[in-house]
Amino acid sequence: MKKILTAAVTAAALILTGAASAKDWKTIRIGVEGAYPPFSSLTTSGQLVGFDIDIALALCKEIGATCSLVAQDWDGIIPSLLARKYDAIIASMSITEERKKKVAFTKKYYNTPAKFARKKGSGIEISKAGMAGKVVGVQRATTHDNFITEEFGDAVEIKRYGTQDEAYLDAVSGRVDLLLADSVAMDDGFLNTDNGKDWEFVGPGYSEVKYFGEGAGIAIRKQDQDLVDLFNKAIDAIRANGTYQKINAKYFEFDVYGQ
Amino acid sequence: MDVEAIVSNLPLYLEGLWITVQLVVLALAAGLVLSVPIAIAAASHNPLVYALPKTYIYFFRGTPLLVQMFIIYYGFAQFQAVQESFLWPVLKEAYWCALIAFTLNTAGYTSEILRGAIRQTAFGEIEAAKACGMSAALVYRRIILPSAFRRALPAYGNEVIFMLHGSAVAGVITIVDLFGAARIVNSRHFVPFESFITAGVFYLCLTFMIIWAFKRLEKRWFAYLRPREE
Amino acid sequence: MHEFLTSLFSGVLDGYLYPFILEGMLLTIELALLSLVLALALGMLTAVAKLSQSFAARTVAGIYTTVIRGVPDLVLMFIIFFGGQLLVNNFGAWLLEVSDEAMGWEYIEISEFVAGVFTIGVVFGAYMGETFRGGILAVSRGEIEAGHAYGMTRAQVFFRITFPAAVRHALPGFGNNWLVLAKATALVSIIGLEDMVFRAAQAGGTVRKPFTFYLAVALLYLVITAVSDVGLRWLNKRYSVGVRSA
Repeated sequence: MKKILTAAVTAAALILTGAASAKDWKTIRIGVEGAYPPFSSLTTSGQLVGFDIDIALALCKEIGATCSLVAQDWDGIIPSLLARKYDAIIASMSITEERKKKVAFTKKYYNTPAKFARKKGSGIEISKAGMAGKVVGVQRATTHDNFITEEFGDAVEIKRYGTQDEAYLDAVSGRVDLLLADSVAMDDGFLNTDNGKDWEFVGPGYSEVKYFGEGAGIAIRKQDQDLVDLFNKAIDAIRANGTYQKINAKYFEFDVYGQ
Repeated sequence: MDVEAIVSNLPLYLEGLWITVQLVVLALAAGLVLSVPIAIAAASHNPLVYALPKTYIYFFRGTPLLVQMFIIYYGFAQFQAVQESFLWPVLKEAYWCALIAFTLNTAGYTSEILRGAIRQTAFGEIEAAKACGMSAALVYRRIILPSAFRRALPAYGNEVIFMLHGSAVAGVITIVDLFGAARIVNSRHFVPFESFITAGVFYLCLTFMIIWAFKRLEKRWFAYLRPREE
Repeated sequence: MHEFLTSLFSGVLDGYLYPFILEGMLLTIELALLSLVLALALGMLTAVAKLSQSFAARTVAGIYTTVIRGVPDLVLMFIIFFGGQLLVNNFGAWLLEVSDEAMGWEYIEISEFVAGVFTIGVVFGAYMGETFRGGILAVSRGEIEAGHAYGMTRAQVFFRITFPAAVRHALPGFGNNWLVLAKATALVSIIGLEDMVFRAAQAGGTVRKPFTFYLAVALLYLVITAVSDVGLRWLNKRYSVGVRSA
């Protein structure tokens, strides 16, 4: 009886934590977000495009695997990885300590600083006094959310959105006074668009490792360490053979890989 | 099971609970007030009188609350005129947008419940009141409405529960209600089961409280129907 | 057909109505109908369980309807969508492990669509169960007794007498449940399923006309409601043949 009980408990624990299984990576399913231009977005015909997407495809080619892309909401992006909906997340996900508790990361594949943006002419300064009582829009459960909550949480009102696009939408309609987001994402996805023409960057670029990690990496289930290695090798390879630089040039005029 | 993530976020859940209760109670109160004139007009036999209220009821009962809320929250911001009007300070707040959407929605459902109840008034009662020389307004106040409210009570109890459950959509437009709190906990700690089940338990308790309250109310209001106790 | 529709709706909603939004509407309808099938099956089962002699069956059905009707469908959807996937696939992986790859599965996709159908079906199964139970209870004892007196078996009584009469009694409630169900499908847009609400959000955001697009979607829901009303009225008439009414 006791034996059965132990077995049942172990089984339950395994079900809840996920069991290991070795696999040859002929096919890899990759989770992407699809609402984070210019890194990943959906065209009106439902096509996924962007820097993350191109990087994902290039890495797959390098590994020699057939890849399928799965668009997933940010909120569910890690749970769905753990649930095996896909095997890797390539979605501009910063490598942070909190996330490392649940998933493994490859080395970074880009690193760009975070920045605030304000409405032109609003004159808001980036300091606790200057931002007192202002509404700051961020994407929920991102590094930006953590940063603003920890550093300015007592001074500002934080509005958390499911996607970065929703935050932009509310910025245009005047519901938020400041946005905090990745500088590159915000530049291309908002400031340089018709919607964001009345908005501008303000304050310094933030990239403290404590909040923002070492950059964006590829998240993989902890038990699939072999896949982490494959991706690491592939990242080195596409940086060495010029593929990375080609993709970089397609989207940006500067090097997004960072230091 | 990640109990710690839930326990450490209990204050967040309680804040969310408070927002949910606020939104639901305020929307129900305002919706009920709004629904009485709408129901009376919709119960009329004159097409000129019932056309508009019936359209209102049809629209709000025929479309999802989520879409109604999106129209108010995202939709109105489309118009520059709205953004410059005196309404903007109100529509700017997600909280007010949700409250307005909930109020208009529950007013639609409540009106329909009341309209049905008004139409079911026994004809004899109205005739008797008229024969006593009561004016139309007095007939409504003393005869039709009191009995209509009574007849509407069980259906209204269901509507209250539907409103409570419907209010979860507030969490979609940045409001940290019970559901919004659960979403934050889930996305921070990646604990889908624990975070949403916790919210579910809170909702379940609220639902039980509503059912209990309406049972008591029904007992009181329908006391005259019970056989006399020896 | 495609060309005809494209030209017919060209320019409507900036060209997004067809195919973009109407495709989403098709998905909404598919989702609603499939959920309805599941809800009907679960509802039948629940009603039978609730009226059965078995204490266990009554208890299980009682817990099911109480819990489901006490928790918002949106919350249930998130539990099933996020949690269900995790459970199913970790269970599969565990089976692989213990059976040395003889059993189990690496991954079963619980798509947003499946999660949506499953959630809405399970939620409305509880409501349908209550409706059916009410319908069955409303069948007059005399009719059933008469059936037995004619020497019909229990099954015969159920299918020839109780069921058709119960359908008539349950129809108004069924119609109401269906209309609520159809609207509940809008919630799947929150878990990322591209129904018409999701598509309206995308297109409306792109061309900066959220009001226009959400209103259009609201009107499309009214179309679904109106068509349903006609269908329900027809059903009602069919099942009320032989019932006198003033």
